[in-house]
Amino acid sequence: MVNELDYLKESASQTAGPYVHIGLAPHQAGFDIFETNFSNVIAGPQAKGERITIEGRVIDGSGTPVRDVLIELWQANAAGKYNHPADRQDKPLDPAFRGWGRACSDFKTGVWTFETIKPGSVAGRAGRAMAPHVSLWIVARGINIGLNTRMYFSDEAEANAADPVLNLIEWEVRRNTLIAQREARGGATVYRFDVHLQGPQETVFFDI
Amino acid sequence: MAQEAHQYGEYCQRDRTIHPPALAPTYKTSVLRSPRNSLISLQNSLSEITAPVFSHDELGPLDHDLILNYAHGGMPVGERIVVHGFVWDEFRKPVRNALVEVWQANAGGRYRHRNDTYIAPVDPNFGGCGRVLTDSDGHYVYRTIKPGPYPWRNGVNDWRPAHIHYSISGTGWAQRLVTQMYFEGDPLIPQCPILRTVPTEAAVRQLIAVLDRNNAIQLDSLAYRFDIVLRGARATWFESTWQSETSMERE
Repeated sequence: MVNELDYLKESASQTAGPYVHIGLAPHQAGFDIFETNFSNVIAGPQAKGERITIEGRVIDGSGTPVRDVLIELWQANAAGKYNHPADRQDKPLDPAFRGWGRACSDFKTGVWTFETIKPGSVAGRAGRAMAPHVSLWIVARGINIGLNTRMYFSDEAEANAADPVLNLIEWEVRRNTLIAQREARGGATVYRFDVHLQGPQETVFFDI
Repeated sequence: MAQEAHQYGEYCQRDRTIHPPALAPTYKTSVLRSPRNSLISLQNSLSEITAPVFSHDELGPLDHDLILNYAHGGMPVGERIVVHGFVWDEFRKPVRNALVEVWQANAGGRYRHRNDTYIAPVDPNFGGCGRVLTDSDGHYVYRTIKPGPYPWRNGVNDWRPAHIHYSISGTGWAQRLVTQMYFEGDPLIPQCPILRTVPTEAAVRQLIAVLDRNNAIQLDSLAYRFDIVLRGARATWFESTWQSETSMERE
């Protein structure tokens, strides 16, 4: 047929549901089954860079922590390079570093953590550098389509001020919802980052 | 060759008219877990078009076999089925090496999860989860026991149709998707508050697996066919470098 677009439509998203842990983190659901389990430890002992913990909760519109949330993180290495063939930046790859992790919230406290290294700056569109950041994807019961956001670092104020994505957010007060606060805790560096699904402190979510 | 240089491009804008909206009041939990602000649209950068790459040596030999991968001296109860299909993108290109993770209740509708208190018993020989990578044709296959429907506290008489949860990774972060597969002929499908959040009939139909009699294992297992479509990346015919290929000194 002439001038017919025969594209397929993306499959519709559905909630991950309350038992998402069975498929994505069985130990959290209460049993062990796979030999290799994906985890929240993104940086193994060989990975290069500054070791950090990222910690937070996901909070719903009533102020209650979402205790059954599943959150994934994707990031570049310490040099600012992604471990993926599409990244052709002239920067070193760290073969010991994939840059991906998956975390569950504690069923009581709602706290989730990632153990990783601080990413370097990645080149953005048209050569504009992006400030160091990680990409987050959040699913849970009650969330119909995974929420995408980014987390930036409080100690990168100059880079953040020039970041092309942060500058897209016209409401400057909302930019703060994407900045994680750096804390020192007994020799370790922790970045605190709460995600607010709804309400006055609602986190910026992106359509990527 | 010239084709390879443009192999990775930005993804087409997601068509949110076919996805369930974040706020869907008939699905009660969505009311407090949905943002009120609009999503801010981003043109893809390297952060969105790259994604973790998974390999076969991360998967065990029984990871795709839910009939055997938690068998403790017996076989799980229920209808043995093979589930298979293709993962394509919107441009009908196969998505190779995509990680497909699945999870489900047992034949009685009970999940192996510390928080499930439904009266149907846990099956000692059934875990309820598996994973597989798509091959070079974008094809995946696993086998399992057909899950049963079960009640959930939305309305007191709401029942989920039989379903298998799917998590799919793709070539790029922007493709990441979680969805559910339903079974053709299930009368609970039109009555499900979660499925009713899907705005179009075509989108609902695309989530319903069809009986695939030709691929049944004779005298052993029936088969169902379920394809998944992820977002497609446009070919970049004219943009030479929409991503900076050199180091940041260009800024």
